[in-house]
Amino acid sequence: MSDRSQLIETGKPFKFDAERDAEFERLVKRYPTRESMILPALWLTQEQEGWISAEAIGYIADRIGTFASKVFEAATFYTMYHLHPMGEHHICVCRTLSCWLREKQEIIDFLKDEIGITPGEISEDGKFSLEEVECLGHCGTAPVVQVNGEFHEEMNVEKMKSLLAGLK
Amino acid sequence: MEVKILSAKFDIEGAHTLDVAKKHGAYATLDKLFTMDPADVIEEVKNSGLRGRGGAGFPAGVKWSFLPKDTDKPVYLAVNSDESEPATFKDRYILVRDPHMLIEGIIICCYAIGCHDTYIYIRGEYTSQVKILQAAIDEAYEAGYLGDSVAGHDFKLEVTVHRGAGAYVCGEETALLESIEGKKGQPRSKPPFPAVVGLYDCPTIINNVQSIASLPFILEKGADAYKEYGTEKSTGTHLFGISGHVEKPGMYELPLGLPLLEVLDKVAGGVWKGRKLKGVIPGGSSTPVLTEEEAKTVTLDYESMAEHGTMFGSGGIVVLDETVNIVELVKNLIDFYHHESCGQCTPCREGLGWMLKIVGKILAGEGSAADIDLLLELCDNIEMKTVCVLSAACTMPVRSYLNKFRHEFEAYVEKGASMQAAEIQE
Repeated sequence: MSDRSQLIETGKPFKFDAERDAEFERLVKRYPTRESMILPALWLTQEQEGWISAEAIGYIADRIGTFASKVFEAATFYTMYHLHPMGEHHICVCRTLSCWLREKQEIIDFLKDEIGITPGEISEDGKFSLEEVECLGHCGTAPVVQVNGEFHEEMNVEKMKSLLAGLK
Repeated sequence: MEVKILSAKFDIEGAHTLDVAKKHGAYATLDKLFTMDPADVIEEVKNSGLRGRGGAGFPAGVKWSFLPKDTDKPVYLAVNSDESEPATFKDRYILVRDPHMLIEGIIICCYAIGCHDTYIYIRGEYTSQVKILQAAIDEAYEAGYLGDSVAGHDFKLEVTVHRGAGAYVCGEETALLESIEGKKGQPRSKPPFPAVVGLYDCPTIINNVQSIASLPFILEKGADAYKEYGTEKSTGTHLFGISGHVEKPGMYELPLGLPLLEVLDKVAGGVWKGRKLKGVIPGGSSTPVLTEEEAKTVTLDYESMAEHGTMFGSGGIVVLDETVNIVELVKNLIDFYHHESCGQCTPCREGLGWMLKIVGKILAGEGSAADIDLLLELCDNIEMKTVCVLSAACTMPVRSYLNKFRHEFEAYVEKGASMQAAEIQE
């Protein structure tokens, strides 16, 4: 999960579904250059597939009319783009200052025990992936956990336990 | 102590929707705006003393006046909503609870600087927040506050939301522009400054969300009304985010200039669990720490912070209680900045990693007194020797911990990793 330099080939062609296609066409009109669509197109891909494959990189480059290397460069620089499949429930725990001060480590330790994976790993059944991330901008309600994009604030082991029970 | 200027609508149910926001005065300044000369709008903002709320505190109106007067290129506004500085979470409240105040501010700013295309750069992690913001923008288009003719006036304005994807450095003005252009977020060398050569090589103003959201009040009530809050040089109010070891962490709107400790006690409920105060980080993780003694005399304004050798920053105040292990805190900080280095400049990319290794060595009980001095030397050799200030955002606070809490580092050197938290407090 930590290797951000390798792309995975699915062996299948990729293209946007009708909804993403329309969204791409709507957004591309908002920018004076087509290269500006690199980040939005990567987001659309991830929304559709959950991750970004080698075929998707090629498709985005063709669609924009730029080099695949430029799309690849952005995909690897920005850490929120997943370059391989993640767990069905992707759990991010903030590790930075205020969450650290308010004992995020207890949550990490609990999750390690409960799911049996360390940050950076995906559970064998593909249900969970765990990631320690940098400041999520919820310091006043620390510690904070984000599951598939949804924020859970003022967390502790008890609350994490019931949240996890709901996901299983 | 709390005031409700920017946060006036924060507690109103549904204020993120146009109907409710309008009932409470949203977009009421536009009729006045379009009767004014753009230069007078800039003058009013200059007179208000509003300073950039992203962290640097540069006067907003003055920044706008750096735009070239006779350009035939389009002028862009980029609203910085990257909000990634650890301990900073204030702009999120505006995006979620009163996005129409931000849109109204954007209209005011764009009219003043002659801009017709705005990009709001929002950090990728704000997933539910971006939906609320986009819904508000869609409503504003629908109601004619954005688009070909803003509120029926001969003024065109497009607003586009551009999502980041997890890079702290994109809060830096020029990295943010690179990111909108579809590139990795590596800051540009300056000069030229973005006001002259910015987005798509065109004149560009980059303002923080809170700065822009302050404009409707200034325009409606006037610069003098704004200056009734705050101090002579630090005017107005600020959304302070208080976190860490306090009883009531959260976001509080306060006038500038209040005594820090009084705010912590009366507003944030004091240090949690009845513990003693060890130190305070005054304005986000990149601002030098204040000891308990220094915290006694500092007030929450740009000048007092500078007099105390630190910075006002983003208004993200972090309280450290007596149990905090400063060496571990420093490791947490360096880890953050090292992870977020864009990799462009060697002193930052390699130097922060080197510092991280040395602190790790000290924490493992394998450090020497020379390592503490080496860390200080590294701070000097990294700082201001890079394209942007990301590395300085790490070395400035780290130096302050090394100087003010050196005894904690020395305790590790002398006693090794077995040192307990209780000994730190002695």
